[in-house]
Parts: sequence; C-alpha cells; structure tokens
Amino acid sequence: MKKIFMGALVACVPLITPIYAAEEGGTINVVVQPEPPSLMIGMYSNATTQQVGGNIFEGLMRYDQDLNPHPLLATSWESSDDGKTWTFHLKEGVTWHDGQPFTSADVVFSIDKLLRETNARLRTSLAHVESIEATDDYTVVFQLKESFGPFIRLFEVGTTPMLPKHIYEGTDYKTNPANHHPIGTGPFKFAEWQKGSYIHLEKNENYHVQGLPHLDDVYWHVIPDAASRAVAFETGKIDVLPGGSVENFDVPRLTELDNTCVTTDGWEFFSPHAWLWLNNRQGPTADVRFRQAVMYAMDREFAKDVLWNGYGKVANSPVGSKTKFYDADLPAYEYNPDKAKQLLKAMGYNGEPVRILPMPYGETWQRWTEVIKQNLEEVGINAKIESTDVAGWNQKVSDWDYDISFTYLYQYGDPALGVARNYISSNIAKGSPWNNAEGYSNAEIDQWFDAAATAFPDEKRQELYSKIQNKLVEDVPVAWLMELEFPTIYNCKVQNLIDSGIGINDAFGTAWIKQ
Amino acid sequence: MNVIRALTQNKVAMFGFAVLLLLSLIAIFGPMLYDGSPWKMVQRPFIPPFANDRFLLGTDTLGRDVLAGLIYGARISLLVGLVSTVIALLIGIPLGAYAGYFGGWVDEILMRFTEVFQTVPSFALAVVLVAIFEPSVYSITGAIAIVSWPPVARLVRGEFLALRNQEYVLAAKLNGQSHRNIILKEILPNSLSPIIVLASLMVATAILLESSLSFLGLGDPEIMSWGYMIGAAKTVIRQAWWLSFIPGVAIAVTVLALNLLGEGLNEALNPKLSGKREH
Repeated sequence: MKKIFMGALVACVPLITPIYAAEEGGTINVVVQPEPPSLMIGMYSNATTQQVGGNIFEGLMRYDQDLNPHPLLATSWESSDDGKTWTFHLKEGVTWHDGQPFTSADVVFSIDKLLRETNARLRTSLAHVESIEATDDYTVVFQLKESFGPFIRLFEVGTTPMLPKHIYEGTDYKTNPANHHPIGTGPFKFAEWQKGSYIHLEKNENYHVQGLPHLDDVYWHVIPDAASRAVAFETGKIDVLPGGSVENFDVPRLTELDNTCVTTDGWEFFSPHAWLWLNNRQGPTADVRFRQAVMYAMDREFAKDVLWNGYGKVANSPVGSKTKFYDADLPAYEYNPDKAKQLLKAMGYNGEPVRILPMPYGETWQRWTEVIKQNLEEVGINAKIESTDVAGWNQKVSDWDYDISFTYLYQYGDPALGVARNYISSNIAKGSPWNNAEGYSNAEIDQWFDAAATAFPDEKRQELYSKIQNKLVEDVPVAWLMELEFPTIYNCKVQNLIDSGIGINDAFGTAWIKQ
Repeated sequence: MNVIRALTQNKVAMFGFAVLLLLSLIAIFGPMLYDGSPWKMVQRPFIPPFANDRFLLGTDTLGRDVLAGLIYGARISLLVGLVSTVIALLIGIPLGAYAGYFGGWVDEILMRFTEVFQTVPSFALAVVLVAIFEPSVYSITGAIAIVSWPPVARLVRGEFLALRNQEYVLAAKLNGQSHRNIILKEILPNSLSPIIVLASLMVATAILLESSLSFLGLGDPEIMSWGYMIGAAKTVIRQAWWLSFIPGVAIAVTVLALNLLGEGLNEALNPKLSGKREH
C-alpha cells in the first residue's frame, strides 16, 4: 500500500515554469570569487564550484525558498507509509550535453557509485540507505534502513548532482578528462575556461525544459581583488555580484548606484549561521553561567546594523529560522549587561583572562571581534584578542586551544544535516574546526538528535527538535551571533535571477535580460 | 650652557620641542581626562568632526571616539618610539664602539654582522619579525629596535675611528687606563652629540614604522594606535576620509616636530663641525 506523500503533491507544480513575458537572448557577466579549482561539482564542494557547476549539472529536484522540493530530473516521487521506501519517476527525453539519453542507470551510478566515493557529506546520509535500484529506465527505488527525515532534502544539485554514467563508469573519477570539460543535463553547456580570466558557459539548445534558458551566454569573471570587483560592477562590466564577493563596507555604496538591485534571497538552503565557539572544557567558559552571561553581554543588534549594514538576523537558536524545524517560540537572550554582571557575580568570576580568537576572513570579522571584546569588557570579563592567520585559526580550533573563537557554518536545510554535527558528543574529535569543537556533551541531547533524524512523520521530528532547541538555548554550548545574509547585488536589467533556495548556484537557467 | 642657548635661539627647533612637549603631556595626562577605553563604542558610527560637542573629532566606523583614540595613540606612539630607540642605542653603541676602537678582525666581524641586517630592507624585516612572534607591543618594539640599530653602530664606529688616535686618547693609553675606561670615559663623551642627533631622528622613524605595522594589521590588537586608526578607516575612505586624515595629521606633525628638533640639536651641538659630520 503506497501513498503519495504530501510534499510530492505540492511538488506537482514545477518550480521551473517558463515565463512567457521573458525576452530571449543576451549575455550575462558574473563575478566568480575565488576562481574555483574545478567545475566538477560531484568532487569539489568549494562554494564557487557549486556556483558555476550548478548551472551545468542538475539534481533530481530543485528547492524553493521554503525548502520544498520541486520536480526537475524527477517528475514525481512517492514514499511508503513507513517512510522507508521511496520511488522516483524520472523525466523522459532528457539528454546529456553530448546527446546521450539520461536514464535511471545514471541516477543509480551517480549516487551509489560515484558520489558515495567522492562526497563525504552525502556518504554519511547514505548510511541510512539500504539499496538503490532502477526498476525500469525511468524509475528508481530507494530502500531505507529506517525512516530518515532529511532524505527528501538530499537531492539538491550541490549535494547530489546527476553525473553521466557512460563517461565515468570504469574510469578513475578524479582524473577523468571530462572533469575539465563537464557534461551535465543543465541549461548551460561548458564552452571555455581561460584560467585566471573567465569561464564561459553557452546555452544548451536541447534543454529539457521547453523555452529555457533565455540567455545565450554566461561569463564568470575572475577578479582577485575586492576593490576591483566593486569597480567592475560600477563601470557596468559586471552584471551580477554574488553574495560575499565584495566587502561589507562597499555594499551600501554599491546598492545606492542607479539601476542597481539587491536581494538577500537564495541562501535559505545554506542559511549560514555565525556563532562563538565557547570552550566547554576549561576556564570560565566551562561554567554555564559564564556562557549565559556572554549571551546577555553581546549587543548583537548593534553588530548587525553597523557591521552587516542591517542584513541578517540575530540568532536565538542553534537552528536557523529558515531551516526546517526551527522553533519560533524559544526564549531569546536580549542585550542585558546587568543580567550578565549578575550571572558573573553568582559564579564568582574572578577576572581570569579569556582569549578571543578572531576569524581571519577580513575587515568585517576583525571589527566584529573588537565589538565583542568591548561588550565583554563592559560586563567585567577580562577579554584579550589573539592574533592569527587562517592556518593558525584552523589549528587552534581543531586542537581546542582557545577560549572563545568565531566561526560560521551552513545548515543545509535540515538540522540532521547541518546542526546535529556541532552538538552531539560522538562528534567530539580533535582535528576538525567544523565538528563539536566546543566539547559540549549531553547524553539526552545525543539521544534526541538520534531519534529526531529517523522519526516519522515530520510532526514527531518537530517535537524532538523543539526539545533540543530549548535545552541548547538554556545550556549555551556556543554563543549564537547571527544568521548571516550575503546580499546579491545585480544590474536591474537582469530579471528573475534568484528563484530557488540555493540562489545563484542554479540561477541562470531561468534568468533573462530586459533590453 | 652654550648648547641650550643655541637651541633656544633656534625658533624652528623650539617649535618642534613645544609640539613634542605638548604631545608628551597629552600622552601622560590625557588618559586621566578620558576615563574608560578608546575602544568603547560611545555613539552612533560616522559622526563627522565638529558636529557633536561631546565628541569633538567625531566617531569612527564602530562609533568609537576619535579624539580618545588620538590621545591613547599618542601614548603608544611615543612609548614605542622612545623605548625601541633606547634598545637600538644599547645594541648599536657597544657594537660600533668595539669595532671602531679595536679595529682589525674585531671590526671585520662586527661590521659583517651589521651588514647582514643592513642588506635586508628594514620594513620587510620588521614585518617578518612581528608576524613570527605574534603582534604585541613587546614584539613590535623589539622588531623596530632590531631593524634600527645598524646605523647607530656604523655612526659610532666612524666616530671611534676618528677619535681613537687623538692625543688625549693616546695619553690615556700611556697612562695605563683600561680599554673599558678609555671607551666609556674618554671617547664616548666626545662622540655623543651626533648620537643624540641621530637618536632624535630614529624616534621619528620608529613612530612611522609602528604606524605602518599597525596600518597593515600587525599592531597589538589590545592597543589603540594611530596606524591602526588609519588602517581601520582605509576601507571607508570614500565615505569618511577624515577618519584616515586625522590620525594621519597626528603622525605627520609628530614626525615633523622630531625632525625639526633633531636639526636644531645638530646645529646647536656642532656649530663648528656642521657639514663635516655627515654619515
């Protein structure tokens, strides 16, 4: 007895609907910063590999800004009642850029063979999958070991791109020549890459969505200097500045230019979440009252307004507000220095020095460190800023040699994918600055996270994630700062630029230029 | 004394001296007038100068008082300038004195050693040293001292070479005085004046070096300095040029004052020898 899952019903309306008012043709110039090491999206997870490659390759689904799945290479899907069997129906008549047909064999090969070997993040999720089988040319069945909540959000192009079996099967994936000339099913074909200068993508005339893409060419320009990128946009050489490609302090000036549009949409899937690591093992930060005092001492609204030009949102939960299972009813830590002082007094804080390790990612982060230090000093915390470079920051956080340190990480749409990793005790291990580096250990939390990943249906997951969020907010294992927003700045002649939860990463299939 | 009279009659030098005296007073007593820290965010950011009575020079990118920054910056600039110069003199004078006094292989070894430091561009060396030892007020002072002593050593060596065959030195030798006594009591006092002149200019160079290091983000992250203020404001120079300009003027005035005083000292100390003691 199978039933069509609610999500699939919603998904029957494709996200990609040709807009008939759109004008055809034209070339678009985009900044790519930094130059990607490769465009082979299945093997390189660099942000810019995703940006360019996401327009060449496609996943089975596309996700809107509420992270709901929509058909792309899969036209529909359904799950069994227990959430353990998932059947995907593929679109017929899709061809690779070299003319070969796209079939279920490509899907099984991409996920079960190639990506399982090359994508560590997907591999972790695939541990919940028992088998992947093609029952006919256009049907793929996933048999899960148990219900796995995030399963439906695994098919984004950056995580699970579809790759051509006829090119990769039986070869060494890493050295396959096609890595230099990627072949996908997407709206754009790879044309040319002048290293250090530009990457040229051209229109896929045989794209499987009728009427798309509208653009003839997309040029991704490599401009290593931030000020030069801003100037290139001002002079009109560049039409689109993806989020984060210019310094924050340049954003207000650029957005005030004539004919310039700005949007913060298109980061919902990643939802970059910034926080302070607080070393739970030693020193004052081991005391929960101290960690709560840090939350009360910080004037996070000020940082948002002054350092981030008002973009973003003060974070009050380990889960981003745009991520699934965020609990909107959590108690918030407001800016309250008096309360911070009381907590410090209650714990008997004696002025022991506390080191702050800034993140060496440029101007904004340096200033942010100064603001936090000042906030902490004003409630009586003896804070000292350490100096470091990128390698030193990685090493100190990985070796747990810090008291307080900045960071920001992606959420990947589901707490089981992007949140649990930073709080469960099985993820306490030296050598990585992206795991449970604060050393928070709570058996109850571990158990809840475990249960929440495999609970079914979503209401049960929500219940568990709400419990988790309430407990974490009380314990303050890390001090959450902000949900970051990186504004995409573009020339207003570009229409319909951002229309998915991964934004610029798959933007150009639907964008068009108003002449 | 002649020197002081000569100096007080030199109006330009006295101007430099007055500026420095004022700066020293500000550095010593200013922080007492300004309680709290120059890092404190006191008002909304980007208030222009003279727009707000309480914050005469306005506020910076984070709403910190620019005047408070200048006052605390004076302290660190003068401190680093003076201390690093003293350290450089403590290294350079003995080295130069031994090399010049004894000559021969001692001179050879010490001068080759000095040249090792002279051949490396001093600012590049300072950057490397500070980066290796992590930026702090100690590593910065030390690095500046290490790159500044070679000219002192060369100058002192030259003086000693010129003076060691003077009659009074030969007399002291015949007298049976120890080398140490001759160096310290006979030759050194007679070569002090060019050292004093050089030292005053070295303080100016040291202040510039410290500002440049802070500008590049290699300053002590705990200490507000003029170079840091310019470095932090350079990114907003198109929106708020005065944030770079004000501390820039402070550096320029201080360095100018030191140079004027140094010139005045040179003239006052060497009225007959001026023009001859070029090194």
